[in-house]
Amino acid sequence: MSIKVEVKNLTKIFGKHVGRAKELIKQGKSKPEILKETGATVGVDQANFEIEDGEIFVIMGLSGSGKSTLVRMINRLIEPTDGEVLIDGENLMKMDKKKLRDVRRKKMSMVFQNFGLLPNRTIIENAEYGLEIQGVEKEERRKRAKTALEQVGITGYDDEYPDQLSGGMQQRVGLARALANDPQILLMDEAFSALDPLNRTDMQDQLLDIQESLKKTIIFISHDLNEALKLGDHIMIMRDGEVIQTGTPEDILTHPANDYVEEFIENVDRSKVLTAGNVMIRPVTINVDKAGPRLTLKRMKNNEVSTAYVVDNKRKLIGIVDANDVIGLVRHDSSDLRSVVKEDVPTTNEETPISELMDDISQTGIPFAVTNDKGQLKGIIVRGAVLGALAGNEVSEFE
Amino acid sequence: MNSIPQLPLASWIDSFVDWLVQFTGFFNAITNFIGGINNAFQWVFDIIPIWLFIILILGLTFYVNRKDQRWSLLIFEFLGLLLIWNLDFWRDMTQTLTLVLTSSLIALVIGIPLGILMAKSHIAEVILKPILDFMQTMPAFVYLIPAVALFGIGMVPGIVASVIFAMPPTVRMTNMGIREVPAELIEAADSYGSTEWQKLFKVELPIAKTSLMAGVNQSMMLSLSMVVIASMIGAMGLGTKVYFAVGRNDAGGGFAAGLAIVILAIILDRLTQSLTRDHKG
Repeated sequence: MSIKVEVKNLTKIFGKHVGRAKELIKQGKSKPEILKETGATVGVDQANFEIEDGEIFVIMGLSGSGKSTLVRMINRLIEPTDGEVLIDGENLMKMDKKKLRDVRRKKMSMVFQNFGLLPNRTIIENAEYGLEIQGVEKEERRKRAKTALEQVGITGYDDEYPDQLSGGMQQRVGLARALANDPQILLMDEAFSALDPLNRTDMQDQLLDIQESLKKTIIFISHDLNEALKLGDHIMIMRDGEVIQTGTPEDILTHPANDYVEEFIENVDRSKVLTAGNVMIRPVTINVDKAGPRLTLKRMKNNEVSTAYVVDNKRKLIGIVDANDVIGLVRHDSSDLRSVVKEDVPTTNEETPISELMDDISQTGIPFAVTNDKGQLKGIIVRGAVLGALAGNEVSEFE
Repeated sequence: MNSIPQLPLASWIDSFVDWLVQFTGFFNAITNFIGGINNAFQWVFDIIPIWLFIILILGLTFYVNRKDQRWSLLIFEFLGLLLIWNLDFWRDMTQTLTLVLTSSLIALVIGIPLGILMAKSHIAEVILKPILDFMQTMPAFVYLIPAVALFGIGMVPGIVASVIFAMPPTVRMTNMGIREVPAELIEAADSYGSTEWQKLFKVELPIAKTSLMAGVNQSMMLSLSMVVIASMIGAMGLGTKVYFAVGRNDAGGGFAAGLAIVILAIILDRLTQSLTRDHKG
């Protein structure tokens, strides 16, 4: 994957004495210290990150965390105090007005929290706004605007006005306006926050669908971790203008950088985002090609378990054995461990969300075996570990 | 107090006006220009037969209210205009209308760009605000004096005084309308790469239109309120009738002409208000 957007030391300071505040920030002074000394407010404090081509990068934080300021610096709606934004390696900060306008017209489009539709223009006129100001012929821009509206599922409303449409539909028009330009980068500032939950979920799914087919680079601002986890290929968490943690959704969930992030993820509906791979634990395994009944029994005793997972030389799962059956084998002096292996074991793979396994696990109480696509045993899921993970306890790791 | 000599403010202003008077050529040019607009309006109004004029006004009202027809207004206009005709005030009414239209037009042409400038530049706002306050609160009579010195007597000085008195609402409302365009729409315009002119004409002015038209409406009403005052320096029209009635202690004649002004005012007011509401945005 190539890097589409690179942000280096991007800083925004509001207020007076910006120059002095800039020096202090470089010395590593904290936000309150700078405010006290200079009266300047640090909006964004030296943000550094990279966004890959074609990914959804979610910038997450509560209000006042600087995320909206940050996204506006990426298209220079807000002029940064310091730092660089590189798009395809080109420094946005060095561009003159004309060049910048060109980038805004061709490369980046923005979707706004309250839609930002022009109330005096019809839906189709709104959708074609970006093309209109580029001077695209009317016929051509109508065609492209219509295609974009179809992509987001708005047809038959061309001549209505924005206030005649519901919020969800208005935001679809906002998205269509952005897509009509065929930009490489979409900036979405809390784009779904003003929508009701049902519409929001709908729009999230639609965005993922659109992303699937169009492969834009999307920078998505959100204050909702569930949304971030659902959409983001990478998530960056901000607080008070500082970047706290950047990583994949799984990184964030399983290795929160500090208490702040941990507190955040406590509110997440974990069953939707945790996968079997996250909660599995290491089982007691017996290699049927190496071990006989006596050794098996000894291992089970040592580990205080009554069942063990049986694998072959390649760690391929064969089934489970019960301690009683193994004792029977020892009594009869048989060495054929395979004869008592029960092959009827519920299995799943690492990617399965645990929300799908919950019912079975809680009803049967039988652990699930987690295998990869080669059938190798990676771990097992027991009820206790699932509940523990849902409750936010440290997840046991399987090496 | 007596120990402090009186400030010669009046004589300063006198000498300023005297100084201005030497630019006769410049003021003559303005006089001719404004007089030209005025005469053009008057010429049109004079050649249109009265019955056709009434039909045109009714038709215009019908058109601007096409989405939400108001029959009572149409009936009022019809009867009101007939009354003016019947009272033999028709020519005076068109003269007054000409004065109002000319001064409103000039107020718009100067006022809207000033309002835009004020909205875009903080410095312009700081400078213009007190000037606008001054223009609007200074008793309108006062403008007549230098107006006569610079533009002679007749319609033109009346129009100039009306423009000065009537322009501030247009400037203010344009400024306010543009400043009140939601920030997100400005961001939307910028983020899609609009030039400043595109932003102004495609986003700011259309959205400020309601506020802007309210300013136009106010300016028009203010210039109408100037017609009696302007008649003192020879601006012809219904104002002259009122002014003469005052001189002759003729209450009946005064009220009759005053009523004609009211009818004209209501028609102009409703028409410009309808333009404000005119379909979307």
